[in-house]
Parts: sequence; structure tokens; C-alpha cells
Amino acid sequence: MTTAFIGKSVRRTEDPRLITGKGTYVDDVKLLGMLHMALVRSPHAHARIKKINVSRASKAPGVVAIFTGADLQGQLGSLPVGWVLKQADTHTKYDMKAPPHPPLAFEKVRYVGDAVAAVVANDPYLAADAAALVDVDYELLGVVTDGEKATKRDAPQLHTEAPDNTCFEWDVHGGDYEGAAKKAQVVVKQKFINQRLIPNAMETRGVVADYNTGTNQITIWTSTQIPHLVRLLFAAVTGHPEQSVRVIAPEVGGAFGSKLYLYAEEIITGMIAKNLARPVKWVEGRQENYLATTHGRDHITYGEICGDKDGTITGLKVTTYANLGAYLSTFAPGIPTVLFGLMLSGVYKYPNVSCKVYGTFTNTTPVDAYRGAGRPEATYLVERMVDAFARELARDPVAVRRKNFLPPFKNGRAVATGVLYDSGNYRAPVDKALEMFDYKAFRKEQREARGSGKLLGVGFSTYIEICGMAPSAVAASLGAGAGLWESSTVRVHPTGKVTVFTGTSPHGQGHETTLAQVAGEHLGIPMESIEVMHGDTDRQQFGTGTFGSRSITVGGTALVMSLKKVKDKMRKIAAHQMGVPAKNVIFEDGKFYVEDIREKSMDFGTVVGEAYNAKNLPPGMEPGLEATSFFDPKNFTWPFGCHIAIVEIDEDTGQTRLKRYVAVDDIGNVINPMIVDGMVHGGIAQGVGQALQEGAVYGENGQLVTGSMLDYAVPTAEDVPSYETARTVTPSPVNPLGVKGAGEAGTIAASPAVMNAAIDALAHLGIRHLDMPLRSETVWRAINGAKAAKKAARSATATAARSGRKARR
Amino acid sequence: MTTNVAASFQYHAPSSVEEACRLLAKYKGGAKLLAGGHSLLPLVKLRLATPEALIDLSRIKGLSYVKAGRKGLAIGAMTTYYDIESSDVVKKAAPVLADAAAQVADTQVRNAGTLGGSLAHSDPAGDLPAVVLALGAELEVHTARGSRTISVDNFFRDLLTTALRPNEVLTEIRIPPLPARTGTAYVKLANKASHYAVVGVAAVVTLDKAGVCAAARVAVTGAGPHAVRAKRTERILIGKKLSALVIRRAAERAGAEIGDGFNSDIHASAEYRAAMTIVFAERALTEAVGRV
Ligand SMILES: Cc1cc2nc3c(=O)[nH]c(=O)nc-3n(C[C@H](O)[C@H](O)[C@H](O)COP(=O)(O)OP(=O)(O)OC[C@H]3O[C@@H](n4cnc5c(N)ncnc54)[C@H](O)[C@@H]3O)c2cc1C
Repeated sequence: MTTAFIGKSVRRTEDPRLITGKGTYVDDVKLLGMLHMALVRSPHAHARIKKINVSRASKAPGVVAIFTGADLQGQLGSLPVGWVLKQADTHTKYDMKAPPHPPLAFEKVRYVGDAVAAVVANDPYLAADAAALVDVDYELLGVVTDGEKATKRDAPQLHTEAPDNTCFEWDVHGGDYEGAAKKAQVVVKQKFINQRLIPNAMETRGVVADYNTGTNQITIWTSTQIPHLVRLLFAAVTGHPEQSVRVIAPEVGGAFGSKLYLYAEEIITGMIAKNLARPVKWVEGRQENYLATTHGRDHITYGEICGDKDGTITGLKVTTYANLGAYLSTFAPGIPTVLFGLMLSGVYKYPNVSCKVYGTFTNTTPVDAYRGAGRPEATYLVERMVDAFARELARDPVAVRRKNFLPPFKNGRAVATGVLYDSGNYRAPVDKALEMFDYKAFRKEQREARGSGKLLGVGFSTYIEICGMAPSAVAASLGAGAGLWESSTVRVHPTGKVTVFTGTSPHGQGHETTLAQVAGEHLGIPMESIEVMHGDTDRQQFGTGTFGSRSITVGGTALVMSLKKVKDKMRKIAAHQMGVPAKNVIFEDGKFYVEDIREKSMDFGTVVGEAYNAKNLPPGMEPGLEATSFFDPKNFTWPFGCHIAIVEIDEDTGQTRLKRYVAVDDIGNVINPMIVDGMVHGGIAQGVGQALQEGAVYGENGQLVTGSMLDYAVPTAEDVPSYETARTVTPSPVNPLGVKGAGEAGTIAASPAVMNAAIDALAHLGIRHLDMPLRSETVWRAINGAKAAKKAARSATATAARSGRKARR
Repeated sequence: MTTNVAASFQYHAPSSVEEACRLLAKYKGGAKLLAGGHSLLPLVKLRLATPEALIDLSRIKGLSYVKAGRKGLAIGAMTTYYDIESSDVVKKAAPVLADAAAQVADTQVRNAGTLGGSLAHSDPAGDLPAVVLALGAELEVHTARGSRTISVDNFFRDLLTTALRPNEVLTEIRIPPLPARTGTAYVKLANKASHYAVVGVAAVVTLDKAGVCAAARVAVTGAGPHAVRAKRTERILIGKKLSALVIRRAAERAGAEIGDGFNSDIHASAEYRAAMTIVFAERALTEAVGRV
């Protein structure tokens, strides 16, 4: 099929304004008479608030007002949870515990950064000065930061509503793991720590709120992925009528899942603006972001894999403690359950899967989705354990994978966890990746390098993930509190120009370009004639937003539906005016032709004109040219691929360097290869970051030790090689574009690929596992430990041999 | 504090060293000199430092230069890392200084951070302190009343503490000429997050015609509270032919001056720093000898 735009690397239309500094981010919004808010945050991880004294602060220069939690109690409500695990669903043991989450704490603080008061002043500096003068009298309480230790009987309790700090117990059982393990010839067990990560969007969060006393309208500019859900939840929580709340997501400088929630600051800023009847701005500092914006991952898992000596895997079992932080963030309960447990089949045939997850509260920043959200955690376990299984059998990790792959399928395949994959051909990306990487030659190079002080290793990750967060009914049965469909409107203006409205809400992904490519393709008009609008609840009636790689699969399909409606109407108009039945009119190259009589045609602009001047429309047809659609797919989409990492470890220092990276992804059809490459590149960097250097560290007292970028190692260009990427194409049957989604694959695939490579480099020393991140000291200790153990073993055998000789003499 | 907003302070931008000295005296220790700001401003923004006044040195003409003469190199205190790493004069006269400057942080930091600021700050993990120690530099400082010269050997005193008095401005760093048959190197184990040195070792080694070590200066940073000379290592080297074995033996003593003062944090324990001091001393020496 020849296409005008789809499949082409069209340059991003949003870039000229962004790279010339003409984008409008929240902090660029400046309103007349605007005040600035600073939040007083708890310096303690767990404490009772005995008294808040604002008298010094309220006398400070420039201060307009100070609000404590008690002052606003009744106005702010409790932050809601949008994913509720109920006993009624077969996975959940009892209704999850959802303790209240006050936007401003008033009885207790439960993590360092918990907000206790808001200071509003004439400028941000004076607000910060005054915030430092608010005196809070705390009574310190015991602290727990470890998600497993939190469940122990003597652990400090965060919420009376959640005994043993346990929010939920959730499980999946497919087949009979215990039975399989009993019959298995090999069982490999391993404990895994999937460390806590800080999302690090380039733009921190920020909110500007304005209140119009005449119309009762609250307008909120916020750096978010979900403007419509923010409006809905804001209205629900505060009682301010939904139709009088407008939420605008202006340019959003990255999010990675961390702006996918209703946050305390959105409510606080909005309600203070309403109370004061003046615009109020709050912009998060970077250190503040590290404390007050959600974190990701933080699992402790006990894993097991079993199977036979011929390399057949028969089962997988995991028990996971998922640290949820101090309170439930909007989607927190869905991440370590549905997006994790249901992904544990990987791309494999093993019929027995057993997974138990404890969601626990700790004195830490709330944890929610972070790029990949649940799937990186699952993929890490599956891919590490498959490797460990192969190693135990001394079999090749690629051969073991191939042996256990699900066979190719085009339209639906159920797996042990109970979910239905859409389409898959798992050998294809492996074959392609091995064309790009000479595996045999590498093994030789690896052997030869030993003894040179540099250890080489290769790691594979044949991942699968879940995208297109939608099927509302399925999601609802698993706990989703809102429908997850998507909407679009296509408005064709009288001049033939087009505005596309989407309910998705991009924050760096380039939707304005990709969706314009889809619209241009369907309407046969140049992309310059199309504008894509998003991120404003007054423009698009409703939308779910952008997360879970859903925008093109769900939002793109909603757009195709509207485009089809517009074209159908145009075809009818053209047919009517050309005097033929509509079925005989075809649309090609921007023209409506009468089939077989090519000379007879009406061009796009003419038909648009007719729709508006309405002089000669088919009987009963309404004038105008606009269509709105809502799309709710039947299934998720399931991208997959094969990533190969090659690492080099310095034996003397333990430093691990990623030398080479080959990524073959299958994300179905591709609209814009350049944008997809960008997604894959950034995603890999974040996955590599988790494997080699990122990690949030809390001290025993609950202080965030990695409180800034001086200690939290965000990967940079220096830390990654130039990637070698390619694709295979297995279209998805669940949407007409055949697309699967590309936003998270890189991150999901990369961490296990890199870790498998590191273990491959160290395995000859007897090292079987190391936890992420691979700080150089971690590796150095492992190497030294392994060498010492070998030496001890050698001298033990020597001693034994000597004493043996002596005895004989 | 989480807002990244500095407490209020006075700001002065004097146009001469004398004026800067007078301002320092006026605030009686309450003011801070501002050079590139890349150590000072983060502290101020986090309110870990709350100076009454900042005295910006950037408007003073003639504090940023590199000059080569018979007495060696003279570098103005306000010379940035970038100017040092890209200076042909430095590359020729003291290649290790250009090399090390290029290993500091990233381009943005190197465009603003200064040699003077780095030395005056004496960050335990700063790169340049070790390098100027190994090069045997002299530092010229001014007060309102006059000037004095401090040998770099007496300059670094403790964590973030130097021989500079609160009323003094560091103006020039002088590096003596390197003798013939001298090799230099600086290597470091960089912190993945900040790029500061977890451990960094600078070595300046001179051999005589017979290949015997005539002089050696080795300095270690990152490992302890401040950069130090590894004098025991130097002593082992001097007078010997520098075989791999000698270098190894000398490197093993590179942490001796730090004793039990090794730093320990989430990036590296004291034990690991001690071990890396040896590894990087060996690498620095091997590289330096290779360059003679
Ligand atoms: C992200 C980041 C990464 C970094 N990574 C590294 C790294 O890898 N290696 C490294 O070595 N450093 C690193 N640094 C620190 C950087 O090199 C600083 O620029 C340097 O340490 C201080 O120099 P400055 O000119 O910025 O001094 P400033 O920050 O302006 O001043 C530092 C201190 O020195 C005093 N001072 C400055 N000039 C004089 C003078 N002429 N006389 C007397 N006192 C003076 C000031 O009063 C202040 O107390 C990093 C900094 C950042 C922000």
C-alpha cells in the first residue's frame, strides 16, 4: 500500500515552538494579581502534629494568607483512589484498605514531604521565606520504609484502617504451580529487589489556579497527563460543580507516569484561589519533586521457576511485597497487581503460574506508575528467572527461550495468567536481532577477554508488555474506577482546514504530528492544513489521557472513526450532487470520484463548501462537517521484542559499562518511525538507568538520602551507547490501524537485558545474581567474594589432598 | 527546605580586587565571594548556606587568564574549566591540568566553574585540588592590605576548609615548569550522579636519563575529607626504576595519609574507597610513566 503520511518519518510539528522557547508551560502562565504558594512539608517521616503556629510566618513580608490542614478541612476532601481492588474480583482476598489521604495533613504526617500548611505571598521568594517560619510541633513516631518489614507484627503502624500496614493481598493462579514444582527436575529460587525509582520528568509539576467570582468558574493549569480526570476528580473531591471547572494541560515537559494522578497541590491551589478569589501559582522545586511526586517500582520478590533438564519450563511462582508508600496514589493499587501479576506468563508456554502480591504502606513517598508501570517489574522477574533456569541447566539462554516460546498466532491466545494476547510471533525479533549481532563471535571474544581485566557479557530479554490501556469492562472488573475509552472530534472548517481534538494528552510523545499524519492520510490533505488540539477540558468534551501507551491504539482509533464519519458524509454529499449512489463514489487523492467514470469528480474543498453552504444537501442531511467518536477496544495490545545488551565489567573496580545495545521491537504497524525510534531510545536509557545506576535510597529514619540529582544518578548520553534498532511487524487485530503502542517497550525490555548481561559476564566466577542498580562497589564486592570463595575452595581441596596423602603414608 | 529558593541576601559586583577585599572586610565573615557559583549557589538555594551578602567576582577585569613564562604557568583564579581544558598553553605546559579540567562534571558546569572557586571550596570530591597538589602550585591571595603566597602543600586543611582567611581573595594559581622527562596523569572513579570524584589520583613523575625516578608528586582526592599528597607513595617511587611491581607497591600506600579518614556514603563505603585509591593510584602512575 502506498501512503501519503503513515509510515513516514515526518518531522515533529511541535518541535519548532519548543526548541525556540515559545512553548507555554505552567510556569509561563502569568495572571494579573497572581499570588505564589509555598508548601510547608514535614521534615519527619512519621510524626503526630501537636501544634502548628503560624504567627511568625503570618507577620513575614509579603504574606497574604496561610492555611493549615485544619483550616481547610471540609473543603479539600480526601484524595481519591481510582483503582479499587474488591473481594468480588477473583484475585483479591478482601476489599483493599484505602485510608483517608488528606491533601494537607492535619493529625499525622506519614512521609518526609507530606504537606502540612500552605503559605501564600506576593512572590515565590517571600512565600518560601515565610514557609520556613511556620512552626510545627511534632511528636516523632516509629518509622518503617521497607515494604516487607512493614508487614511484620512489631512494625510501626501508619493507618489504623490498615492493620500490619497491609493494603491488599492479591493473587493469580494459573494451572498448579506446586504440583509442577513437585514433578520438576529443576527448581531455581531467587530473591529479587526491584528498587524504587524517581521519575525525573524534565519539567517538575506546577499548578496555576484562577477563580472567577462572577461565573463561579475555577480554571486550573496543571502539568498533567489527564486533564479530564483531574477535572472529574477535583469536582468529586471538592464539591465544586464539574461544569464550572476547566482544566488545562499546557505544554507538559515529560511525566513518565508521574503526572497521571489527582495531586494534593491541584486541590490546594484550586481551593485557595477560590477562598482568596485571586489567582495562585505553585511550581514544584526539584528537591520538592523528589519528595512530593510519586515514585515507581519498589518490589521485594521471592521467585521460583521450575522445569525439566531438557530446558522445558513448567512453572513460575512469585511472592511480592509491593511498597505503596504512605498513602494510595490514584492508580497505585492497579500497578503491582493487574499490570504486574497478569504479565508473568511472558512470551512462554509454561502452564503453571502462581503469584501473590502484598501491597503495603510505609513511611515513604507514594508509589504509582512509572514508565512501564508493573510490566518492567514482571518482565525483570520473568527474564531474569528464565536466564537463571538456563544457567542452572548450563544451557544456552536463547535456546531455552526458543524452546519455551508460544507458537505464532494472529488473533488471540490465552496464557496461564488468564489474559488473552492479541497477536504474536516471538521468534521473529530474536531471528532479526541475531542477524544484527554475531552471537558466536561474541562468545569467542568473551572467552578471550577473560584475564585481561575486562569481563564481557551478553544478556537477552524477550519481553512482552501490555498497551492500549482501555477495554473499560475488563479494566473495571479488575478494579478501574473510570472508563478507559478514548474520544476524538474532527472538525472540518468551511475553508477545508481541519482541527482534530483528542482526549489523549501528550507530554512529549509528538501526538500533534502522529495524529495529523493519520488525519492527513484519511482526508488526503496536507498536514499543514490540520491542527491537533489536546489538553483542555473546554475544548474536548471528555478524554482519558495519555498513559500506558494507549494514545495511538485507543485515541488513534477514535480519530479514525471520526475521520470515517466525516468522509462518509462527504461521500454522500458528493454522490448526491454528482447524481450517483453513494456506494459508487470513491475517495482518492483528495477527490471524490464516480467509480469507473474517472472524469467525474469533486475535490475535497468543494465538498466541504457544499456541507457548509447547505444549498444542495441530500434530503434530511444536517449541514456542517464535524464528527465525534468514542472508542473502547475489545482487548489490550501486546507488543513484544528481543533486546540484546553487551556489557563490559572492569574487574578491578567493578564498573559496568554498556558497550552495545541491539533492540528489535514488534509494536505492530508504525505511523512515524522516527518518533517510535525516539520513544525506544529514551525508554532504553531509563531501563539501563535502573539496571546500572538509578535508585532512591531511604535512611532508617525515613529521610530520602538520594534527595537531589547529586546523589540520584539519572542516566545521560554518556552512559549509553548508540543503539542499534530494528522492527518486525505483527499487526494487532484489535484496532483498525493494526498498532500496538511504543511508549514503554524500551524501559520494560532493557533492565533485564542489561542485568542478564552482567551476570553472564560474572557467571564463570560463580556469581548467579546481583540486585539493581549495579553500583561499582556492588560488583566489586561480588567479584572479590567469588574469588575468595574459589580460593578457599581450592585450598580446602589442597588441604584435603595433602591430608589424604599423609593418611596413606 | 524543598523549594530551591534562596533566602534573601545582598549582592555586590565590585570592579576591582581591592573593592572586593573591602567588602569582605565590611561584612566581617558574613559575605561570600561568588565565582562560577556551581558549588556556592546550590548550597544557597538549599539554604545550607545563608550568607548576608554575595560578592560577585565576575565583573573584575583581569582575573581570568592563562600566561606561560619562564617561571611556569600563571592562571587567574576566575579562569573557567573550559578555558583551561581548551588552552593550548595549558595543554603544553601542564597537560594534566587540561585533562583533569575536561573530566569535571559536564559542559554547563565547565563553562561556569572556575579553578579558583574549586580550590577555595575544597570540596572533598573536587578534581582540581588533587591536580594542583601534584603540580606543586603556589597560590596568590589578596586582602585589602596586601598579598601573600601560599604553597598548595599548606592550602587544603579540612572538609571545605582551606588556609584562606575570610577576608582573602584568591587571585592567581602559579604552576612551576615541569622538568624534562616528566609524565603526568589524572584518573578518577566518577560518581555516576554528580561526576565528582569518588576517588581521583593525580600523578606527576620525573625520570632521569637512566630511567630512575628523580621526582614524584602524587595526590589523592575524593577519598578523605580533603585532597592530600600521597607522600609515602612518592617516597617508594623516588630513586627506583618504575617497574610495574614498584608502581604496584607504591600505589598500595596511596591511602596511607588518609588512614582511617576514608569517606563513606551511599556511593562508596570507606573500604571500597580505600581499595579504589590503590587501583587508581596504580593507573595514574602507570599512565604518567607511560607519558614521560
Ligand atoms: C552538577 C555539578 C557537578 C559537579 N561536578 C564536579 C566534578 O565532577 N568535579 C569537580 O571538581 N567539581 C564538580 N562540581 C563543582 C564545580 O566544579 C564548581 O564549579 C567548583 O567546585 C567551584 O567553582 P566555582 O567557580 O563554581 O565557585 P563558587 O561556587 O562560586 O564558589 C565556591 C566557594 O569558593 C569561594 N571562592 C570562589 N572564588 C574564590 C576566590 N577567588 N577567592 C576566595 N574564595 C573564592 C566561594 O566564596 C565559595 O565559598 C560540580 C558542580 C555541579 C553543580
